[in-house]
Amino acid sequence: MIEIRNLSRRFGTVMAVDDVSLTIAKGEMVALVGTSGSGKTTLLRMLNRLVEPSSGTVLLNGQDTAALPAHLLRRRIGYAIQGHGLFPHYTVARNIAAVPELLGWPAAQIRERVDELLTLFGMPPADFRNRRPAALSGGQQQRVGVARALAARPEVLLMDEPFGALDPVTRAQAQADLRRIQRQLGTTTVLVTHDMEEALALGDRIAVMDRGRLVQCASPAAILTRPATEFVARLTGQSDRPFRLLGLVPVADLAEPGAASGTPVDPALSAREALAECLWSGREALPLTGGGRVTLHRLAERARGAE
Amino acid sequence: MIRLVAGAALLVMLLRPEWMAPLLSPLTRNGAPAIYAQSSLLDLALSHLALVAAATLASTLVAVALAVLVTRRAGAEFRPLARTVTQVGQTLPPVAVLALAVPMLGFGTWPTLLALFLYGMLPIFENAVTALSGLPPPVAEAARAMGYTPRQRLLRIELPLALPVILAGVRLSAVIALSTAAIGSTVAARTLGEVIIAGLVSNNPAFVVQGGLLVGLIAILLSDALTVLERRLRA
Ligand SMILES: Nc1ncnc2c1ncn2[C@@H]1O[C@H](COP(=O)(O)OP(=O)(O)OP(=O)(O)O)[C@@H](O)[C@H]1O
Ligand SMILES: [Mg+2]
Repeated sequence: MIEIRNLSRRFGTVMAVDDVSLTIAKGEMVALVGTSGSGKTTLLRMLNRLVEPSSGTVLLNGQDTAALPAHLLRRRIGYAIQGHGLFPHYTVARNIAAVPELLGWPAAQIRERVDELLTLFGMPPADFRNRRPAALSGGQQQRVGVARALAARPEVLLMDEPFGALDPVTRAQAQADLRRIQRQLGTTTVLVTHDMEEALALGDRIAVMDRGRLVQCASPAAILTRPATEFVARLTGQSDRPFRLLGLVPVADLAEPGAASGTPVDPALSAREALAECLWSGREALPLTGGGRVTLHRLAERARGAE
Repeated sequence: MIRLVAGAALLVMLLRPEWMAPLLSPLTRNGAPAIYAQSSLLDLALSHLALVAAATLASTLVAVALAVLVTRRAGAEFRPLARTVTQVGQTLPPVAVLALAVPMLGFGTWPTLLALFLYGMLPIFENAVTALSGLPPPVAEAARAMGYTPRQRLLRIELPLALPVILAGVRLSAVIALSTAAIGSTVAARTLGEVIIAGLVSNNPAFVVQGGLLVGLIAILLSDALTVLERRLRA
């Protein structure tokens, strides 16, 4: 659990982060969004003290992070960034092993952990273990970067636009992997992103920053339907709002008994994809694989923000 | 190929100098000897190399230490000073250093070592500073964020990544020292310069050519070996 209390950071005359308070529960994933220069990176970097706060405190599981030597604190916090920052002279395996090595894990345990993570990220260890970062694609480098951040089973994972440089398909895959792995490990995660879709897809809650201040932190649905300020409404994109709302729920949640004509759709698809299918095929209702149906009317209702 | 030829030529000149006599005798006058025989060429070459090795090692240690110091945040303010010192070291002609050092250190090896040491620092220092400050920012940031201590960052990340570039500086410095060391014989250090000086003093071009060739061949081979090492490290 991370408790951020009245945290501020000033650079000269700029208040990069201005009196931010936020509590992040164990296992929760918070997506941090905001325009460029709103202080997201600065806030994130104060959590592992890459930037020292001007005032305020951060508690990690109730312990004041300022009370620990910075390097010991950082070994407990995973950190993945856009430019991945893999060590070019180390193999993939040694990169992933970096923090466990610093922590003095036995070699056998490190080897096992490296293979486990490579497998988790869909990179066969026998093939990837001994490669240098330069011999990986951008997407693979990014995955190794995240694997390295998770290697020592950190209590917290911090990510700063980790997928910013990936193409849409690779990016979607990376997001799905992250979500699956984060749920599986139960790692408390803070993810900075510029991409609203990414924030909505991954965040349990979305924290919106505006000129150094935290203006709202709420569930994706609440951010979309009840934006706290004009700025939040603009950031979440008013024209896309109905579709984004539908994107948050699987179509199974909107199912009702009954029949409909045409090819059935997978109930695990998002309601947004079901709507697209309705519009594209000109149907008023779609049958779901395994029984039941969803109607265009119900989808439209949901898109207006109804429960 | 060139490597083999140079190596073979060097071996012949060091171990069987008399084989060179037919080539060199046209350069002599008045029946002077074509081959330097006052002392063993092999001994001179070894002592020459030892002098260069010692001086280059000292330059490397001091220059890299200085470079590490001035690339730390706490030492950044010394950067101009360190740069000036190493530049002066290179601008002072080694002959002048010898002349100044002999009264203090006496004749022989020590003043020569000092001159070579000062002369050789600049390329190593410059390369080391460039390499150490050229660490890609995400790599530097990642190392910090992983929880490496400053010393661990230096030893495990920064220096290994800077090594090929530092080594290029060492190579340059060693080759310069190799040719410069010859002047050490003017203050009675035992180097291949002795052969050249003997040639100059006795007006015998054969000695000068012999000494010059030896130094040149060694320089080529040394530079070559260090280049190979550098490539290994880069790969
Ligand atoms: N080291 C620094 N020195 C001076 N000013 C800084 C420093 N780091 C950040 N700032 C300033 O603090 C403000 C917030 O920067 P920050 O990097 O946190 O924004 P951000 O929300 O991450 O932006 P982006 O989305 O573009 O990455 C900016 O005005 C920036 O110029
Ligand atoms: Mg940023």
